[in-house]
Amino acid sequence: MKRFFHLLRAALREIFDEAAYERFLAREGAAASRASYADFLREQEVRKARRPRCC
Amino acid sequence: MTSSVRRIVRVLVWTAVATAGALAVATIALHRGESINAMWLVLAALCTYALGYRFYSKFVAAKVLALDSRRATPAERLDNGRDFVPTNKWVVFGHHFAAIAGPGPLVGPVLAAQFGYLPGTIWILAGAVLGGCVQDFVVLLFSVRRDGKSLTEMAREEVGKLGGLVAYIAVISIIVILLGVASLIVVNALKGSPWGTFTIAMTMPIAVLMGLYLRRLRPGKVLETSILGFVLVMAAVWGGGWVATSRLGGWFTLTATTLAVLIIIYGFLASALPVWLLLAPRDYLSTFVKLGTIAVLAVGIVATRPVLHMPALTRFIDGSGPVFAGSIFPFAFITIACGAVSGFHSLISSGTTPKLIRRESETRMVGYGAMACESLVAILAMIAACVVTPGTYFAINSPAGVVGQAPADAAATISAWGFPITAAEMSGLAKSVGETSLYNRTGGAPAFAVGMAHIFSRSLGGDAVMALWYHFAIMFEALFILTVLDAGTRVGRFMLQDALGHVWKPLGRTSWYPSILATSALIVGAWGYFLWQGVKDPLGGINSLWPLFGIANQLLAAVALCVATTIVIKSLRARYAWVTLLPLAWLVLVTFTASWQKMFSPNPRIGFLAHANLLAAEAPSTAARAHEVARLIFNDRLDAAATGVLLALVALIVLESGLEWVRVLSGRKAAAIKEAAFVPTRFLPEEAG
Repeated sequence: MKRFFHLLRAALREIFDEAAYERFLAREGAAASRASYADFLREQEVRKARRPRCC
Repeated sequence: MTSSVRRIVRVLVWTAVATAGALAVATIALHRGESINAMWLVLAALCTYALGYRFYSKFVAAKVLALDSRRATPAERLDNGRDFVPTNKWVVFGHHFAAIAGPGPLVGPVLAAQFGYLPGTIWILAGAVLGGCVQDFVVLLFSVRRDGKSLTEMAREEVGKLGGLVAYIAVISIIVILLGVASLIVVNALKGSPWGTFTIAMTMPIAVLMGLYLRRLRPGKVLETSILGFVLVMAAVWGGGWVATSRLGGWFTLTATTLAVLIIIYGFLASALPVWLLLAPRDYLSTFVKLGTIAVLAVGIVATRPVLHMPALTRFIDGSGPVFAGSIFPFAFITIACGAVSGFHSLISSGTTPKLIRRESETRMVGYGAMACESLVAILAMIAACVVTPGTYFAINSPAGVVGQAPADAAATISAWGFPITAAEMSGLAKSVGETSLYNRTGGAPAFAVGMAHIFSRSLGGDAVMALWYHFAIMFEALFILTVLDAGTRVGRFMLQDALGHVWKPLGRTSWYPSILATSALIVGAWGYFLWQGVKDPLGGINSLWPLFGIANQLLAAVALCVATTIVIKSLRARYAWVTLLPLAWLVLVTFTASWQKMFSPNPRIGFLAHANLLAAEAPSTAARAHEVARLIFNDRLDAAATGVLLALVALIVLESGLEWVRVLSGRKAAAIKEAAFVPTRFLPEEAG
């Protein structure tokens, strides 16, 4: 059960890009802040806009 | 437990699953005359997917694809913490499912229910297990083996330049047609509905608030923001009831044409505004509501075990249906695309997902498994459509051009078909869901919402909250569709910019505003035209546009399966090529027949050109009517031309693929595939998860 909730949380964090932001912070060696999140959003802009959503 | 005992237990368990599945399928296929319980459909679906996954996907994995867990995936080899990230298989599964599940599996089955529950259900089950799941699985694996390349890139490399071009045009076409028909569904659901319109209008400022909250107050806390957004949306659903009955109601009681104009403006803004401000938060909100609602719907159906009032087969299997014209073959098979086989999925399977896969063996669960789950969503939608009485279903889904404008006329026409309904019953139903009328609400969304409200109100709150559940369902579908509209317009815009960049470089720059505005206007103008055409169509628009969308989507699936078959043959596994050839042959047969009928059927309700000829023979009584007739004739010819172009393009790629297969099989061409070189994985076997 614990593993199930752990996986569910991990899946939700991936779907909602929280994990991607964490990876961004680790990669850039930055702390969570408005500025770093703005940088992350800039990096995500094109990638997210090119991601199709199915019908 | 010894291994032989375990083996016996396994055999017994799978024999029980097969027996239960066969019993359930036999019940839904052979039962006539009396209503059956929806749980038979759920049981048939669960057993079919379990058997398909356990046996067929395992066979495909071992024999056709030869999955190799020792081989490093691009997520491992090219890991950059950005696009390529080795990710737990369950996390990728959730991510992939969230991307493939859209409004299609909810709308298609509702429309196909006009044939009865049986044809659509059988197609959803067989189509998914033998076609859709296989397509998603093989395209995902082939993309993984090619560093996450897209379908169009794989088509160009493995089939030929023409294949790449056809795939590109098919993708752009399907996006345009999809967005046109999807926005028409929203318009038909919201016209004359102040409650629904208010709720959906509120999702836009809520999304902008979410974007600002995320950026300024709680950077990166997307889940928390989505939960807050959900609470606000629920408040908007509740508040909509009050707005509808207040003086403000008039502001939100809009005609179809006004709504169409507003949606076109919205589509343009969503394409041109920064992603973080509108598109991303709406996407998060939509995903949150989508995953939650699907789960709640599944629980609701299991908890209430509703009875299906729709018969297994209706009289409309002959092709005279009011929802859309055309017989079971081929139209049931193009009406339900998502949920059975959807070409659009091949774009997701060759998009983000292959860049997250940690092990080749995990493509089976993600590709095949996630599609099986989407297929189950389609079964739930079929159930939602069939729990209401057939009279109610046809009153909601039939256009005024078929059943008449006046409630009494519509009720009399539908009752004469053998599906009794009275104007008083429809009026009572409309009142119970907080609407003034439910007639002529074509497009599937309102019928699905009524079914869903029926199921939800039985499990939570009773009839007193029927209106709240109905508007929750409308909000859920419209939110879904508008998110597809945002994302689709942007993707189309980027594709157009990529292509135009070859003509003139500045046009390809995605940050150059004149190019952004021009390409956004082109894409929005293209789907906006289809939307406008649908809104002005006296037959409700769905009759002509949904089949066009189904054809485009299934033709894209044919392109994906052509690419897959080519790779299978070039991989020296031609004896297993039937795995992709069978669904390909079926889709070619279905889509080519449907396309031919939509263009050349002498029945004006089916054939675009026959309808144009019928209108041309009319002697218009006024100048306004003459203008309208000219416009309708132009639209019919445009739809026929669009169908013809799609058909010709796919015929070309099938031909080009066929020639490539003959060249390889006859030994005239070396069987060379363009896979990334084998690199052994660093992951230990136990990390396969």
